[in-house]
Amino acid sequence: MAIENSKETGLGYRQKARVLGLLLVLLRLAALLATATATVVMALNKQTKRETVAYVGTTPIVQTFTAKFQHTPAFVYFVGANAVASLYSLMVLLLRPFMKRKSHEIFQHLGGMVMVSVVASGAAAAAAMAELGKKGNLHARWNPICDRFDAFCCRGGVALIASFIGAALLMILNAVSTITLLKNVAIQD
Amino acid sequence: MAKASRACVFLLRLLAAAATLSAAVVMATSHESTTVFGLTLDAKFQYTPSFKFFVIANAIGCGYTLLVLLVPPTSSLSTFVVMLDVIIAMLLTAAIAAAGAISEVGKKGNSHSGWLPICGQIPKFCDHVMGALICAFCGVVIYLLILLHTIHTVIGPLLP
Repeated sequence: MAIENSKETGLGYRQKARVLGLLLVLLRLAALLATATATVVMALNKQTKRETVAYVGTTPIVQTFTAKFQHTPAFVYFVGANAVASLYSLMVLLLRPFMKRKSHEIFQHLGGMVMVSVVASGAAAAAAMAELGKKGNLHARWNPICDRFDAFCCRGGVALIASFIGAALLMILNAVSTITLLKNVAIQD
Repeated sequence: MAKASRACVFLLRLLAAAATLSAAVVMATSHESTTVFGLTLDAKFQYTPSFKFFVIANAIGCGYTLLVLLVPPTSSLSTFVVMLDVIIAMLLTAAIAAAGAISEVGKKGNSHSGWLPICGQIPKFCDHVMGALICAFCGVVIYLLILLHTIHTVIGPLLP
């Protein structure tokens, strides 16, 4: 879909629109990768430690401590939010050839807005819990756990960074969609 | 028709400013002290970075909403305003999420990490924080209405 009634010479309006369309697809793909990475890394986040808690004579009593992402509701929500956002991006990419009408663009804009909020809230909740796990809270007598489960914290941090990048990319995509809709410019395939 | 929709948006923004301001104020005035076994246990919002972020985010949201009321509706700034609206709504949602995550741990604890719930000892602080969260949630819902209204009025007429 290109604007029919403008005739330009030079680098060509169609080519510019095509390059812009390709850039949008790349951005959407990057957002999909970022949110999918966040989902997968957090969903596979588990660390088990065996520690000696006591001695009976000379035999040590070993207890297993696990840190899983399911233990914290904020991380469960994080995984769900990023999964939904990556599925949405995937759907938008796959259905791109079929959604060319203006009303479809508005649905896409609304969906993008919702996804921005969802991913941002998931990342914020997980970041709050991660900060609590890393520094603890002296006043509430909550001890930090990252000194004992460092791999768990590391992987959680990677997932968080990926989710923040995904949120930023989704925000850029939403801004581009806003400008596109407001200026009534169509991006060519 | 255009005047009615403009008045509608004005009213919605005033409500959003009021909601975010009350959320920030309610959270900022939440503190409680109790004595447990001779030890003084006090709870203030400054002790938790998430609650500080909550207060700052809602203050930014309130300030932005009041500023936007001064922007004339059909100028080059209005595109910018639409985009900033989404960003501010995202900020407010994130603030609620962060404060909500910490409140959930405070209320129910986390047995796996050895974190005991503290709402039993400081019930008024917990109620205060819950009130702030409800106010912020109202603010986010009103922002959602503002965004939907913007899409309807600005982009609706451009539909073929």
